[in-house]
Amino acid sequence: MKVHEYQAKAILSQHGVPIPDGEVAFTAAEARSVAERLGTEVVVVKAQIHAGGRGKGGGVKLAKGPAEAERIAGELLGMQLVTHQTGPAGRRVGRLLVEQGLDIERELYLGLVLDRAAGCPVVMASAAGGVDIEEVAAATPERILRELSHPTAGLSPYQARALAFGLGLDATQVGPAVKLMRSLDAAFRAIDATLIEINPLVVTRDGRLLALDAKITLDDNALFRHKALGELRDLTEEEPLEVEASKDALNYIKLDGKIGCMVNGAGLAMATMDIIKLSGGEPANFLDVGGGANATQIRNAFRILMSDPCVKAVFINIFGGILRCDVLAEGVIAAVTELDVQVPVVIRMEGTNVEQGRQMLDASGLNFTTAATMAEAANEVVRLAAVA
Amino acid sequence: MAILIDTTTRLLVQGLTGREGTFHAKQAAAYGTTVVGGVTPGKGGTTHEGWPIFDTVVGAVEATGGNTSLIFVPPAFAADAVLEAASAGVALVVCVTEGIPTLDMARTLALVDPSTRLIGPNCPGVISPGRSKVGIIPGHICREGRVGIVSRSGTLTYEAIHQLTGLGLGQSTCIGIGGDPLIGTSFVDALRLFEGDDETDAVVMIGEIGGTAEEEAAAFIREGFSKPVVGFIAGQTAPPGRRMGHAGAIIAGGKGTAGEKMAALTAAGVHVVQSPADLGQAMVGALG
Repeated sequence: MKVHEYQAKAILSQHGVPIPDGEVAFTAAEARSVAERLGTEVVVVKAQIHAGGRGKGGGVKLAKGPAEAERIAGELLGMQLVTHQTGPAGRRVGRLLVEQGLDIERELYLGLVLDRAAGCPVVMASAAGGVDIEEVAAATPERILRELSHPTAGLSPYQARALAFGLGLDATQVGPAVKLMRSLDAAFRAIDATLIEINPLVVTRDGRLLALDAKITLDDNALFRHKALGELRDLTEEEPLEVEASKDALNYIKLDGKIGCMVNGAGLAMATMDIIKLSGGEPANFLDVGGGANATQIRNAFRILMSDPCVKAVFINIFGGILRCDVLAEGVIAAVTELDVQVPVVIRMEGTNVEQGRQMLDASGLNFTTAATMAEAANEVVRLAAVA
Repeated sequence: MAILIDTTTRLLVQGLTGREGTFHAKQAAAYGTTVVGGVTPGKGGTTHEGWPIFDTVVGAVEATGGNTSLIFVPPAFAADAVLEAASAGVALVVCVTEGIPTLDMARTLALVDPSTRLIGPNCPGVISPGRSKVGIIPGHICREGRVGIVSRSGTLTYEAIHQLTGLGLGQSTCIGIGGDPLIGTSFVDALRLFEGDDETDAVVMIGEIGGTAEEEAAAFIREGFSKPVVGFIAGQTAPPGRRMGHAGAIIAGGKGTAGEKMAALTAAGVHVVQSPADLGQAMVGALG
């Protein structure tokens, strides 16, 4: 789960990471009053969407005083902000962060992410802050310093010192930097993050270190023990069908094609998308109904699939291990009847009680095509979607 | 011989009294696995479906001589269940549970003694056809034989088994290593076991997007894995930055794409198929 920049900063601040003074605003009038309270000559008005590249996209502006802050806020609120991460449609801006302007001397990068190979979080720091860190990693990997955060002990002070000196900080700044890094590491553990990025971490002309931007991704699997953090979820930032699917415990991701897919198991669901593409079609979605899906789950899945107007044909690919094929057939027949599904449905199923399941589908009199193999089913569904 | 499990396996089920635990313990026993008991804290001293239940794994091991544990404990408690099994000296721990917090798993992996072999979490487990099954892989689709399977995905494992069986190719051992970002046994670990197994002639390896485990396997194969390998990578069409069902299946920062993994495996001499429907035929070809 992602959170907004202002929420991420509040979380980091609670854990002792210094952040600029600022506040969220939902209206232009609120933006003005935040700017008045801040009282700085310059304030920064930042669009809050769950995507990077906001500055280049025109979503971050400087304002000289409260009146200008109000005017800029009025322009930003409600706009569709397009960045390299949002896709061409962009994201609607519904909230802003209004912050004090700072006199910046250096821009650094500081991040914490899970290192899968090492089996623990890794702290990454770079003197090349303020730019896309993936580009730095690709072009000049030696400019990224790394220290593993031990799974039980965390980041030790000597490791943080090595990073701080490596960044070329003044001797007087190393102490605060070590404290900041260890606070960041503690925050990562306390909130069960999978990613925290501060880009840039700035050094001001008066020598202070502050998180000028912040990005946090939380581990969805750990949200059960962070109820308050779960409340920060902003549903307007998510695809409505994906929100709907998540209520039914379905793993659904909306894509751009015409062929709706319903599959059990994440690996087979990805493989089904792959085989559709290989057969010359485009998947409309990723949908994993889970290994132990029942008739209700199948109906819910169909409802989600059919809510996407782009879907011209449906491919059901089920390997029935725990999920029996007769149960699947029953669920599919009920869903197609109840939802009055008009598009062609191609079903490939294998596993427990497969013969019984096929007989039920054939006897239903509904518009099903059953296929013996995955390849045959993929070819057939691509053909049907093309003529639909 | 097979690997990991055989007729000497004595299975304990942690979470046996739950719905999933009960169902799969019965399935394992019906397949011929020696299930010796279960562990559910607070229900020690009772019996469930004829099996003795213990409060602790150490108690269960002492009483039953269990040497393998299968875990169906809810996600919030599963990482601790793995630790408990490992500390009780269980040699093989298979964790089926999906949805364990990543940092719980990081802590557990750091604390588990290296002498314990962990499979998973978020995996379908292991089956040595005709001998033993520890997990949820449907037994009836398997056939005894000489092809090993190692996979990050559950249903794709079944798919591979089904295709092989349909072509008359039986399996020595099938291992689902799990779809989480942090897991116990890796592709490399599994390949090393298959290399040493006289009853495995070739291996099907099924990877997916995210992480670098497939690239590490490719390096290992290149350095001298002697048996033919057929490979498939799921997620060739997955968009970057999205978690595709499995917590570990995500292209992050432009890394972990199917293309990179397929290229690495191909360079290592693996017979990489583009379509998941071609796994079985490719194995027929690889065995010549």
